[in-house]
Amino acid sequence: MEHMLVDVNNLSRSFGRRLALDRVNFHVAKGRVCGLVGANGAGKTTLIKHLLGLLRAQSGSVRVFDHDPVRDPVAVLSRIGYLSEERELPEWMRVDELMAYTQAFHPTWDTSYARQLLETFALDPSKKIKELSKGMRAQAGLVAAVAHRPELLILDEPSSGLDVVVRRDILDAIVRTVADDGRTVIFSSHLLDEVERMSDHVTMIHDGRVTLSGALDDLRRRYRRSRVRFREGFDHPPVLESALAMDGGGRMWSVVHSGPSEEFRLSVLTHGGEIVESRDATLEEIFLARAGRSRRQVEAA
Amino acid sequence: MDITISLSDGVPIYRQILNQIKYLMASGQLLPEEELPPIRTLALQLKVTPNTVVKAYDELESAGLIHKRRGAGTYVSDVTSPLAKRERQRIIEQRVDALLAEAHQLNFTADDILRVLRERLAAMPRLAAAAAKGER
Repeated sequence: MEHMLVDVNNLSRSFGRRLALDRVNFHVAKGRVCGLVGANGAGKTTLIKHLLGLLRAQSGSVRVFDHDPVRDPVAVLSRIGYLSEERELPEWMRVDELMAYTQAFHPTWDTSYARQLLETFALDPSKKIKELSKGMRAQAGLVAAVAHRPELLILDEPSSGLDVVVRRDILDAIVRTVADDGRTVIFSSHLLDEVERMSDHVTMIHDGRVTLSGALDDLRRRYRRSRVRFREGFDHPPVLESALAMDGGGRMWSVVHSGPSEEFRLSVLTHGGEIVESRDATLEEIFLARAGRSRRQVEAA
Repeated sequence: MDITISLSDGVPIYRQILNQIKYLMASGQLLPEEELPPIRTLALQLKVTPNTVVKAYDELESAGLIHKRRGAGTYVSDVTSPLAKRERQRIIEQRVDALLAEAHQLNFTADDILRVLRERLAAMPRLAAAAAKGER
């Protein structure tokens, strides 16, 4: 079996009565980019906090670089670069002080790489963090997260609320991390186009559970989106075999279904319809179908 | 290299890269022994994970369309013309298939399509002249 950099098995966690993670399995191999998708509050950040040793596993196990991040934080955190949506940066520090401060924790800090990134982002080292715009804060946080060339880069909703330019900087940082000697990235995002572009593997979390996980190309092959035309109109979506979600109305329906499926074709035929067009589903279509956010969800599936 | 990624049509990204490189080769926009951009460069340009570019290049390499030189990048192979011809044939067939599917949707027969094709060709003097020359 491939060596797993991150190995989470049967992890459960509740906050009070609320079950935030429910028997989660999550494995990331070296050199991969793993996208973590799910609605707000689905459990993505809770999972990431376990990887960083900020939360202790209530049940199940968490191993990062073959260490327990709670017991052995130094062995784990020194090899990780981390950027969170909140970007908890010390407000009172200047940019250059933040760099010096972060460098102190990381013996592998690459001073010239840090300087080069600051110049690319046109960040003034003498400015205080609290004087920076939202985008500039994200860039400063990004430099602090990648300048020690971490073996594992973890980004929690890095693009949230940022403009296109800064989002591009973040995607570039992901590409560089992977392209330069095969380091590993985990990033969570609700922007599915980013995940689709940047991920080799996708893990989908819904209500604390992993609902889908695997190589992006394999996942995509397992689902199809077909447009179906019926001879007669339907007020409610007809129940079709292997359909997950349907959109549309009247005679024309757009269906996300598992496939490629002969059952689906026959089921359409039985309802007096024909498949007009069929193609592999996009990540967004799979996500909406699996998360039950499509306008009409098919319970039978 | 002129490649565009679309996320709306359900085609895997590595396949889009692969197809467009094949297209650039078939149409003579990429010439034999021309160097392809390094993986990192193309990944940064397209904003895709480098592993996706690796996958596209690997498949092109095993199809014999490109080759790596030790420590010196990736180059377009000097593919013999039958291969380029096959690829051109494949590209045009895909377009025709899409056209026929659309025509079926709009209740056009194959004869209708042929008629429209001739009319449109006649409306493009330069193409019509080239076609007439080819027939002779």
